[in-house]
Amino acid sequence: MKFRSLRQIGFTDYAPISSFFPSSAVAMGAQKKGSSRVTEDAEELARNPLQAILLADSFTTKFRPITLERPKVLLPLVNVPMIDYTLAWLESAGVEEVFIFCCAHSRQVMDYLESSGWHKQPNFTVAMIESNNSISAGDALRLIYERNVIHGDFVLVSGDTVSNMSLTHAVKEHKERRKKDNNAVMTMVIKKSKPSPVIHQSRLGTDELFMAIDPDTKQLLCYEERGEHPRGAISLENSLLADNPSISLHNDKQDCYIDICSQEVLSLFTDNFDYQHLRRHFVKGLLVDDIMGYKIFTHEIHSSYAARIDNYRSYDTISKDIIQRWTYPFVPDVRFSANCTTKLEREGMYKAPEIQQSRSAHIGPFTVIGKGTRIGDDSRITHSVIGEGCTIGSNVSIVGSYIWNNVTIEDGCELRHAIVCDGVIIKAAATLEPGVVLSFKVVIGREFVVPAYSKVSLFQQPTAQDSDEELEYADSSSGAIDPSIADAGNKLNGDIVSESSQIQDWSTSQLGPGGAGFIWSACDGGCEEEWRHSVAPIPTDQLAKALLAIEEDSEIVKVSDSALTPSGELEPGSDDDDSDNMDDSNVDTVDFEKEAEATFLRAAQDNIAVDDLILEMNSLRLSYNKSAGDCTGALFYPMMKLALESPHNTAVELQKNVASVVSKWHKLFEVLAKEVDDQIELIMKFEEMCLESTKEFAPIFSQILYLLYEREIIGEEAILRWDDERKDADESDRVFVKQSEKFIQWLREADEEED
Amino acid sequence: MPDVQALVNDFLNKLKKRKIEGSQATAKQTAELLRSVISQQRVPYTNQAGALIDSVRAIGEQLIAANPIELAVGNIVRRVLHIIREEDLSLTTAAVTELNLSTISDDDDDDGGGNQDDHPVLSAAAVAAAARSSLRPPSLQMLLEGAPEFVAVPRSSSSGGDSEGKSKSMDRNSRTRKLKHDVIEAVNELIQDITTCHELIAEQAVEHIHQNEVILTLGSSKTVLEFLCAAKEKKRSFRVFVAEGAPRYQGHLLAKELAARGLQTTVITDSAVFAMISRVNMVIVGSHAVMANGGVIAPVGMNMVALAAQKHAVPFVVLAGIHKLCPLYPHNPEVLLNELRSPSELLDFGEFSDCLDFGSGDGSPLLHVVNPTFDYVPPKVVSLFITDTGGHNPSYMYRLIADYYSADDLVVQRRHSAVN
Repeated sequence: MKFRSLRQIGFTDYAPISSFFPSSAVAMGAQKKGSSRVTEDAEELARNPLQAILLADSFTTKFRPITLERPKVLLPLVNVPMIDYTLAWLESAGVEEVFIFCCAHSRQVMDYLESSGWHKQPNFTVAMIESNNSISAGDALRLIYERNVIHGDFVLVSGDTVSNMSLTHAVKEHKERRKKDNNAVMTMVIKKSKPSPVIHQSRLGTDELFMAIDPDTKQLLCYEERGEHPRGAISLENSLLADNPSISLHNDKQDCYIDICSQEVLSLFTDNFDYQHLRRHFVKGLLVDDIMGYKIFTHEIHSSYAARIDNYRSYDTISKDIIQRWTYPFVPDVRFSANCTTKLEREGMYKAPEIQQSRSAHIGPFTVIGKGTRIGDDSRITHSVIGEGCTIGSNVSIVGSYIWNNVTIEDGCELRHAIVCDGVIIKAAATLEPGVVLSFKVVIGREFVVPAYSKVSLFQQPTAQDSDEELEYADSSSGAIDPSIADAGNKLNGDIVSESSQIQDWSTSQLGPGGAGFIWSACDGGCEEEWRHSVAPIPTDQLAKALLAIEEDSEIVKVSDSALTPSGELEPGSDDDDSDNMDDSNVDTVDFEKEAEATFLRAAQDNIAVDDLILEMNSLRLSYNKSAGDCTGALFYPMMKLALESPHNTAVELQKNVASVVSKWHKLFEVLAKEVDDQIELIMKFEEMCLESTKEFAPIFSQILYLLYEREIIGEEAILRWDDERKDADESDRVFVKQSEKFIQWLREADEEED
Repeated sequence: MPDVQALVNDFLNKLKKRKIEGSQATAKQTAELLRSVISQQRVPYTNQAGALIDSVRAIGEQLIAANPIELAVGNIVRRVLHIIREEDLSLTTAAVTELNLSTISDDDDDDGGGNQDDHPVLSAAAVAAAARSSLRPPSLQMLLEGAPEFVAVPRSSSSGGDSEGKSKSMDRNSRTRKLKHDVIEAVNELIQDITTCHELIAEQAVEHIHQNEVILTLGSSKTVLEFLCAAKEKKRSFRVFVAEGAPRYQGHLLAKELAARGLQTTVITDSAVFAMISRVNMVIVGSHAVMANGGVIAPVGMNMVALAAQKHAVPFVVLAGIHKLCPLYPHNPEVLLNELRSPSELLDFGEFSDCLDFGSGDGSPLLHVVNPTFDYVPPKVVSLFITDTGGHNPSYMYRLIADYYSADDLVVQRRHSAVN
């Protein structure tokens, strides 16, 4: 109580001054003046309660169609609304005052907070800030600035953050930096998390993130998401390298979207009215802009957990993290919010009280079952979360799914990696394929198979959709969506679906007999990418495809390698290969040649198609970081050996053998040895062979050379240049040039004739 | 009582968030909270003990549910309930002698009769029953069985016998104040006991630790620290092996503290305990809770130490303050034996994040990390318990518990839900 009154006084004191001067600098000056009355600055800082801004609106459409009916922050995550995780964490981390900003479905958020008892916590004030026309985080922060409620450093999070980190250390760090450097306006919390090397996204389903950080001061120097750089190349400014003695580049850091900000951040948003997105506009804006010299720092957490639910995949991942207790103490069996007592049993099985479970039902590991749920005979449930009051029939199989409250699943259904919202009815023997999302109160008909990655809602998909992600939720407030949907939403909240017109619709439903709902077509542009962000694990064929794409990608990078490097572009991932190469390139070459030979011989034995062999050789070449020339050299030797090994008595027969082998594999060399240099390399390799290992070929060198020319493996130009190169060489080296003198002569003449 | 409610909520919050570490701190705070609950509780003229018991039990139930793994909370709640019963009993006995009422001859059916009749004499019957039970050893006073509660209901509803009732209530009024006062006194004593339990245990150190002995301990316990230092102060020279107590490594802190106090200390890994045990004369460890059968709930790794000690016939001594004595058996369904903490104490999330990528494979995590907090050490491997009342055999624990707790209160929660 004491605190409150103190703050109240402070508030009324500063408010008129700072509202008088809109600019941030003056506002700060006013603060300073205020604090001079207090004897010590540090004392003032210590007494200032830690404030937080919680954005209870994601300003994205990633959770559509669910978020048409309920705000994202109220969606249950392991049977507890997401916002409870955030609030419980803020409370335990010592935040004393939270401003919850809500926009879409603000009524629901408020009602929930009223009922949940967060208002009654001692030493923890929750205040609501409501807006109807904010369409981005930028708008939200501008509005909060106008309200003038933030009086010092604050924590900026969104309402879908799950964390157990201690803020005290990070805030202290931030404050100490601020004392030294007034331009250090923000501290970003990051955590190590390796992205998938194949599909280039983090385990949370977000794009691979590339950060440049000063290893000493922890200042953030560069922040790029891979999504904006499709080819995987990221350019660093030269000045960055010039100004900083050392830079560490990371692609294995995860942005936790927890920011400790100074007051200036709010005014910066107000000054730059075009800032919308916190990262894409604000962070990058500050990093690029060197006039004001504002700096962003990072704070890495190691043992504690922090993550943000951005899409369906992170919903799945974070749910599993919670079940595996990485978020301790915010786990189902600890009552951190109004949730009911849940008991942890063996193998990570969490069971709430009053569950009716048939004796023959099998509940597998890492499963959460909510209060009052009934499970029928022979049902199998693994790696899933079941909400409260669900009814699950017999012979139901549920794998990796998230089933919310009061869902009815009839006998014989099969659910794999699906999200099923409140009040859904799945009739007997229906099947949900991986990645399905069923929004509120959808009914799936008997024996209907919902195709993979489909999203089903009682609402029709909005037709004219804004492609811009920032303009989410604009609909529900400004009425961009057709109003009938909003109406229907209100009625649904009133628990009634039985409008006659709708019933008619459902009778001819897309969802089988007795079904109710519309299947949304995959939103434009993202249809192929659906698997990236869904709850289902990534299908193996997509992984294989991605793997292939990488190979092709890196091929392109290789070809244009020399062009890229001087302009300061980096290709993430290949840097360590290079350094390896320097040290043991010799060893590598031998290894590579052996490997290539083995691959070729296997291909010859098993009659593998030439195209496949080319693919294989390409990947082999890339993995050893070799040029195409090395590759042809390595392949030529086994090919000739193959010819040599097949039975022959005379040189003529040998020549025939070579002809047959070459005719079989010529395509391989056509593809691999496109460049003249590579072809010269090939000739020289052949020469070497004739001199050393396979002397049998020496007498028929010129014939084979002709053969190779005929088959277009070696071009005219290559032979002529080879000849030129050998002109000044020793006599011993010119044996084969002499032998094929006639052929070369003929080539030259033909050339001249053409001219 | 808004103040008490705020206090209770605050404490509940702390318990829920696992903010209070260590059973002694928890026990002390629980006792202090219950003391303020009792002092704020407005006691009716009749059935004062019943009212106190109800309010303490209601709050106790919340406290236990808030952190079921911290058994000290439940222990203290039960202790306070027991104190109320005892004080009430002694006052009743005093009343009996004052009123000089003769006991009813019919001993066997006084309970049943008390419930059916609406007669003022009943209170006397109850008093008598209480008086009779007071004659028995306190550990067996199950016969109290909330008799005052049963008596109160018919009394208040009865229209007859007003004058008599009035005179009695006047009498009770003075008794009420007396009861509350006595109970608070007793709870104060309990708090005192909890605060001083280290010293009481440490006093016995010289009897157990001899010159030139080697003592092994695991993890960190304040009781153990005080115990060892007390022996040191008595000029005993001995050496201590400290097993570090992975994954929290509190043994490191203990070793630092011991070395600072001038004890010869050696830190070993947990896995080296078996190798070192042959050189050890005695194992002295702290505990999280002592169950009614003499089993011990102790930091993880303790069972391994106990088994190693048993194998080499080294005495395994457990130090336990009275607040750690739990009247429940480990097989009781209310007892949560363990708590799994965050896997991040074991391994670094960042390094293993690629193993935890649920996007690949069939979506089920292949890497599981289990981080239990406690071990259960069965009574047969424990050689001796040292509590503040002295050393006891594991088989004697049930008896000790019977002295401290009333049988009615063993199950705080179930009783309450049945009433509802």
